[in-house]
Amino acid sequence: MTLSVTLHHPFAGFTLDVSFTAPSGVTVLFGRSGSGKTTIANAVAGLLRPQKGRVAVDDRVLVDSERGLWLPPHRRRLGYVFQEGRLFPHLTVRQNLAYGRWFAPNGARKERPDHVIEMLGIGHLLDRRPGALSGGEKQRVAIGRALLSAPRLIIADEPLAALDEARKAEILPYFERLRDDVETPILYVSHSAAEVARLATTVIALENGRVVGQGPAEQVLGDPTITPLGARSAGALLTAIVAAHHDDGLTELDAHGCPLFLPKIDKAPGSQTRIRIAAHDVILSRTRPEGLSALNILPGTVREVRAGDGPGAILSIDTPAGPILARVTRRSVTALGLLPGSPCHAVIKTVAIAPEDVGGA
Amino acid sequence: MGWLGPEEWQAVALSLRVALWATACSLPPGIFVAYALARWRFPGREVVNGLVHLPLILPPVVTGYLLLLTFGTRAPVGAFLQDIGITFAFRWTGAALAAGIMAFPLMVRAIRLSIEAVDPKLEQAAATMGASAPWVFLTVTLPMILPGVLAGAILAFAKAMGEFGATITFVSNIPGQTRTVPSAIYAFLQVPGGEGAALRLVVVSVAVAMAAILMSEVMARRLAKRVGGA
Repeated sequence: MTLSVTLHHPFAGFTLDVSFTAPSGVTVLFGRSGSGKTTIANAVAGLLRPQKGRVAVDDRVLVDSERGLWLPPHRRRLGYVFQEGRLFPHLTVRQNLAYGRWFAPNGARKERPDHVIEMLGIGHLLDRRPGALSGGEKQRVAIGRALLSAPRLIIADEPLAALDEARKAEILPYFERLRDDVETPILYVSHSAAEVARLATTVIALENGRVVGQGPAEQVLGDPTITPLGARSAGALLTAIVAAHHDDGLTELDAHGCPLFLPKIDKAPGSQTRIRIAAHDVILSRTRPEGLSALNILPGTVREVRAGDGPGAILSIDTPAGPILARVTRRSVTALGLLPGSPCHAVIKTVAIAPEDVGGA
Repeated sequence: MGWLGPEEWQAVALSLRVALWATACSLPPGIFVAYALARWRFPGREVVNGLVHLPLILPPVVTGYLLLLTFGTRAPVGAFLQDIGITFAFRWTGAALAAGIMAFPLMVRAIRLSIEAVDPKLEQAAATMGASAPWVFLTVTLPMILPGVLAGAILAFAKAMGEFGATITFVSNIPGQTRTVPSAIYAFLQVPGGEGAALRLVVVSVAVAMAAILMSEVMARRLAKRVGGA
């Protein structure tokens, strides 16, 4: 499955001008609010008619302004999970789930309702109405409803943004399962670095209606020149294997031969995991530091230095564990003489690795 | 109803028949017009809105006279309808037409308010799941506005029960044909000794009006609960 999107649409204030392709898996449209993410999702879903553009899922063309083609939303067969859920208040959960399925063509109903209900853990809610559900329960039902409408593509527009941290942590694993167990590709809109780190197969980074970077998640997030949320929120992804759980509350990961320690995570030894290392949690040293409390010290070389207008700079460091980003002051860059090619050590505080930044890869 | 005389009973029965037909026949166009005004942006929308509200604002006698000019036996529309077997002039059907038109603005207002209370985002959500516009209306919009539709219908029914000015101008005051409750009250008050009958019909009118208001309030509350339940 490939989703290809080219859009040109002027608004008061800015013009959306994007072109990207999304392969299978979870493709995250990543950027600040106002960067055009939701507009793209709505144009793909048919809730907005772009001035110019072309949208196709594989060889099925949904929009082609040159040919005057524009399919109305009900003929696109896309499942949309909205930020606010948008469950039908006059129907029970069971009827909400059945709604999309009823309109789906017989041959396309791949997902079995009992399987979806079990995967989302909503079996005990079936006879309730949406008004009697918590925010997290509503979003799980909304995911199920979209999935059961037998979509070619699931669009999720900041489905966790309206939830508190605990509810977010409750829903994220369901999207991970969706990515891993269900063939349907997902176009996921987000401005949360943690969600991107956990879910994204592909990242499309957006700024002011333009694509500033696209590609596999590790590559886009590890690029110091692509910071759609600003340098403060930059952070690279590392993939690693859970090596062991220690008695002192730490989990040891094996990141391509480098040991990495972090607060205990709920994953079996041997399972693959992906962690986000926030750039501001990384300290750089020219020599291997000694007598330091930090447990994670990765040797590496500077690949790129990107200094902004402010006091800070972002550096990408190639380490055996993978490329990581470090955010330090420009003064330090000068003082340490950090240039592309300089050898250095990256120090990561163990407790700085937040549990919401750790996910299944 | 022993305490109503035959003439009074005839007026009540006729009023019920007129009001039922007026309500039933104006309901589908009422829903359609309310939906169009609430959801569509089309040229002439303000004109349609004005036309719908006109009977509410015009003196009823003017509305009745306009109906007579349009649907009278010698008027072009009336003559054509008579040729295909539909007569309004001086018949109970004419009373129903007059009552329906006078009640139409109330019905449309109630239904329009309930449609505007439905979040269009829910209708969008239904569309993304494969529902075409008519299906969206039948499966999402209509069930959610049902209490509003009922409230509008009840108000329209009560208004139709009480219509006087346009009715008497358009179809006169013929016992058994066009003498509805208000016309009968008016007629009883013109003759000596008619006050008793008039008073009994006044009681019927007040009871119908109160019941209608109470029922539409209950419906409005249920609507708020249904729409706000998300």
